[in-house]
Amino acid sequence: MDQLIFASEVMLNGLMTGVMYALVALGFVLIFKASGVFNYAQGVLALFAALTLVGIQNGQVPFAHLINAAFGTSLHHFGWTVPSILAVALTALVMVGLAFLIEKLVLQHLVGQEPIILFMATIGLAYFLEGLGDVMWGADIKTLDVGLPQGISESIESVTDSWFGYGYFIDRLDIWATVIAALLVAALVAFAQYTKQGRAMRAVADDHQAALSVGISLRFIWVMVWSIAGFVALVAGIMWGTKSGVQFSLSLIALKALPVLMLGGFTSIPGAIVGGLIIGVGEKLFEFAIGPMVGGATENWFAYVLALLFLVFRPQGLFGERIIERV
Amino acid sequence: MLYREAGDFKTSYRDDSQTFPIKLERWGYYAVVALAFAVVPFVINDYWASAVLVPFLIYAIAAIGLNILTGYAGQVSLGTGGFMAVGAYSVYKLMTAFPDVSLLIHVVLAGIITAIVGVLFGLPSLRIKGFYLAVATLAAQFFLVWLFNKVPWFYNYSASGQITAPTRTFMGEAISGPAASAPAKYLVCLSFAFLVAWMARNLTRGSIGRKWMAIRDMDIAAEIIGVNPLRAKLSAFAVSSFFIGMAGALLFAVYLGAAEVGEAFGINKSFLVLFMIIIGGLGSIFGSFAGAAFLVLLPVLLKNLLVGNLGWPTDLAAHIELMIVGALIVTFLIVEPHGLARLWSLTKEKLRLWPFPH
Amino acid sequence: MKLKFPAIVAAATMLAAPAMADLIVPNMSYRTGPYAANGIPYADGFADYFTLLNERDGGIGGQKVQVPECETAYNTEKGVECYEALKSQNPLVLNPLSTGITYQLIPKIGVDGITLYTPGYGRTSAKDGSVFEWVFNAPANYWDGASVAVKHILDQEGGDLTGSKIALVYHNSAYGKEPIRTLQELSKKHGFELSELPVDAPGQEQKSQWLQIRRDKPDYVIMYAWGVMNQVAIQEAVNIRFPMDKFIGIWWSGSENDVKPAGAGAEGYKALTFHGVGQEYPLYDDLKQYVYDAGKAAGAGDQTGTVLYSRGAYAALVIAEAIAKAQELAGTAEINAAQMRDGFEALDITAERMVELGLPDFGAPIQLSCENHGGDGLGRIQQWDAAAGQWNLITDFIEPDAEILDPLIKEDSQAYASEAGLTPRCN
Repeated sequence: MDQLIFASEVMLNGLMTGVMYALVALGFVLIFKASGVFNYAQGVLALFAALTLVGIQNGQVPFAHLINAAFGTSLHHFGWTVPSILAVALTALVMVGLAFLIEKLVLQHLVGQEPIILFMATIGLAYFLEGLGDVMWGADIKTLDVGLPQGISESIESVTDSWFGYGYFIDRLDIWATVIAALLVAALVAFAQYTKQGRAMRAVADDHQAALSVGISLRFIWVMVWSIAGFVALVAGIMWGTKSGVQFSLSLIALKALPVLMLGGFTSIPGAIVGGLIIGVGEKLFEFAIGPMVGGATENWFAYVLALLFLVFRPQGLFGERIIERV
Repeated sequence: MLYREAGDFKTSYRDDSQTFPIKLERWGYYAVVALAFAVVPFVINDYWASAVLVPFLIYAIAAIGLNILTGYAGQVSLGTGGFMAVGAYSVYKLMTAFPDVSLLIHVVLAGIITAIVGVLFGLPSLRIKGFYLAVATLAAQFFLVWLFNKVPWFYNYSASGQITAPTRTFMGEAISGPAASAPAKYLVCLSFAFLVAWMARNLTRGSIGRKWMAIRDMDIAAEIIGVNPLRAKLSAFAVSSFFIGMAGALLFAVYLGAAEVGEAFGINKSFLVLFMIIIGGLGSIFGSFAGAAFLVLLPVLLKNLLVGNLGWPTDLAAHIELMIVGALIVTFLIVEPHGLARLWSLTKEKLRLWPFPH
Repeated sequence: MKLKFPAIVAAATMLAAPAMADLIVPNMSYRTGPYAANGIPYADGFADYFTLLNERDGGIGGQKVQVPECETAYNTEKGVECYEALKSQNPLVLNPLSTGITYQLIPKIGVDGITLYTPGYGRTSAKDGSVFEWVFNAPANYWDGASVAVKHILDQEGGDLTGSKIALVYHNSAYGKEPIRTLQELSKKHGFELSELPVDAPGQEQKSQWLQIRRDKPDYVIMYAWGVMNQVAIQEAVNIRFPMDKFIGIWWSGSENDVKPAGAGAEGYKALTFHGVGQEYPLYDDLKQYVYDAGKAAGAGDQTGTVLYSRGAYAALVIAEAIAKAQELAGTAEINAAQMRDGFEALDITAERMVELGLPDFGAPIQLSCENHGGDGLGRIQQWDAAAGQWNLITDFIEPDAEILDPLIKEDSQAYASEAGLTPRCN
């Protein structure tokens, strides 16, 4: 009985963790859907967004280290702090500007190229952004606090304690992440379904050339999609950054999103969410039940094995578009 | 002026389909090989061997291996690091279990063991395609690393799980371990790289290579014209893993000398080798060398330039180095999307016509 | 075109070599990559201490110390590149600050004759100087750390641990696995129950491990983590309301960076250390006068007095003392690498000497010999005060359990000796 309660607690936490994975996977899906690009830079984008957010919040001087090294000055901070909401808004603006620049300097020149080449361009972009983020804001660890609560949710603990005699552990940050992810997905779906731009975006996703021929500006759509992906990256960056502080490792969360993507399908927003939940629950339950027998730390590989098992039965991912092959 | 087909008459099909059909190029190739084998070993020092040439050659072997799988047979793989780990741990177990057998034989054996493991993880490729196949190879990557970290038998029950390569000799000269000299290490890696490139070139232009390419271009169509996808795909996995396993064995035994699986053979290694073949050029042996050179040499070059010559702080230099590498990749793509190999062949095209471009 | 490229590299490397006359003590640092946050303060402290010696005393024994920096990004392959590049500059001693790079260099430095100094990290059995001639890891190593932590727990529990539970949360790598054998031996000796919880690198997701701790309710948690794993683990411990004063990290899990993201919740978290922390030492007056105010501080200059800065400075101090000793033994200020090694082997830093150096009670006395390259392994416990934002030393130096450790070290070094075909020296 105890084991069952523990397992259900592990499962609930797995679901929450899955939402955190899905947040990262969402950014990949958006860009893949609209432009067929597998955006390797998504993780770095999250890091860059979080770094910018903290930098703006704390009034850091961007490129301070470079300026100091070049001119022998000793600038660090402007001496002000920016309220969280404003800082988030400003960071979102920076991400839009970044999307514009990416389109202008990179994607525009690569229209009509094969996916592998666009993928490669995002590799270059990832290198560049990683360097830029460090030069702009420094490589030291930064604490991110936008007022999200953290720690055990006491009400859930006391309620479950009175029901089962064992208080469940649910992190308040995870609850917030779930709510925000739900809002984000709802907003994205509504945007795609009911707005003109959203419909244009779906048209582009279906067929670039047909979309162009009915007068949709591909450039505008790409800027828009990259801006949205940048914003999603910002949200993911805030969630993960609150947990661990903002530093280089934040870009590695992309690795946790890969099995989610493959399981859910590269082209499906619901797929990213469901995939995230399955991976989250699966890896946590496996670690709970089998982990101790084989020495633990199984989560990383089990996520991929789980995705692999699903793919053997559905090679296009759970929600991916059916692959139709013709000769 | 000299770079011409004109006057270079061929009298057989065999001559006509050789790798270097133009005389000047053929002689250039002989000259490079002669230089690499006969001159470089006498002038090489420790820095050049350990920091530049040995890693370059080893990564070139790995890149050729991955290029066979991804570039020729069209199967995306992100498991290179894991397969290299299989090679490294196989060679370690073999070296310590049979100290009297030559290391060179162990390296080949390690390649064969890796090939078997590679085929095993290649099985899902029959069902899963495209980017989705990456998940199977990623599963291999993470599972293998976990396994080598977890099972003490693989690292001979050492306290920390690090493996260290003992000294082994070949014709009286140490080729692994701390006493190995720069020329010895370089020559071992060069010989392997040369043989691997030669094998890969001849495999890929033979019937098996054509089958791989048919599968890459469209597997259903290939099946209809009589290519057995099971055999073609699994043979690509086997050959590719064989080369990658040898690269891993050399990386551990000759280059690094000590390794820890998560650090030396992590997912980053898989990405690095994938970047090499994409930047170098998919489906090209020359591209594998060019890509390895680009990603091994460029950071070293930039570092020496920025820190050594311009005297910048190391951290700033490291960050700017990242930005430059990234910007260069994007610039290359915009100029020539199909990698360095295409850039090279375009240059050759142009040279052939020079100075009369029309 | 193919030949031009290497030519540029050659030109670049040749110009990079500095003048040969000075004492060369390279700073193998990592200011980028996944562990940059930890590498930056360490590198700054290391460089600043030598800058101080150069500015205040004109170097060591009248010889200036050059500290060429090389960026490893905590990557073994870049470490090899750095090693080869630095080797041509005739360095006296290397401090790679990475267990992975250390393992790689141990066989090489013996052949090349360069001393390796790995304080608080690297290969534990290098303490056995009879096998590891060129490696020094004083004042303490990973196994000492585990033993000191258990000693501290014993003190807290009134000397009896029978039936209590201790969990080890560790980085699933060579480094993280180091303390397992020691702790297993100690658990036999003291009768506590040990559970091992590995976390895969990088360690951003540790919910499973901490849920398990919440269920099992171990009495103490010992942690061997690094990089982002530290911050997440401390945050998760706060989340499950684990009593922070029963949570003890190794010295690599005890910097300001690790606790600050968890905010007030991290109050009371304990970590091992083998040196003091903060700016309350007379040395800082000199540092301020000769280094900071002169604008010669390394890096951004904002890391002064932090735990890792202090550790970097301490490593530099031990090296400087060893150089002085070597100069004394060799009778010349211009020592070579072999004399440097002798200097380390004869190193004797007393408590009085620490007072003279302006760091009273900063580190334990270190006395090395041919057999003992690792010192006495003394460690102390520091505790985080979240409100004041500083670490406080709460114990004196604690001695590790030599009865357990010595046989383990002997066993491991003998295994290395037979694998590498070495005959022990010192007889």
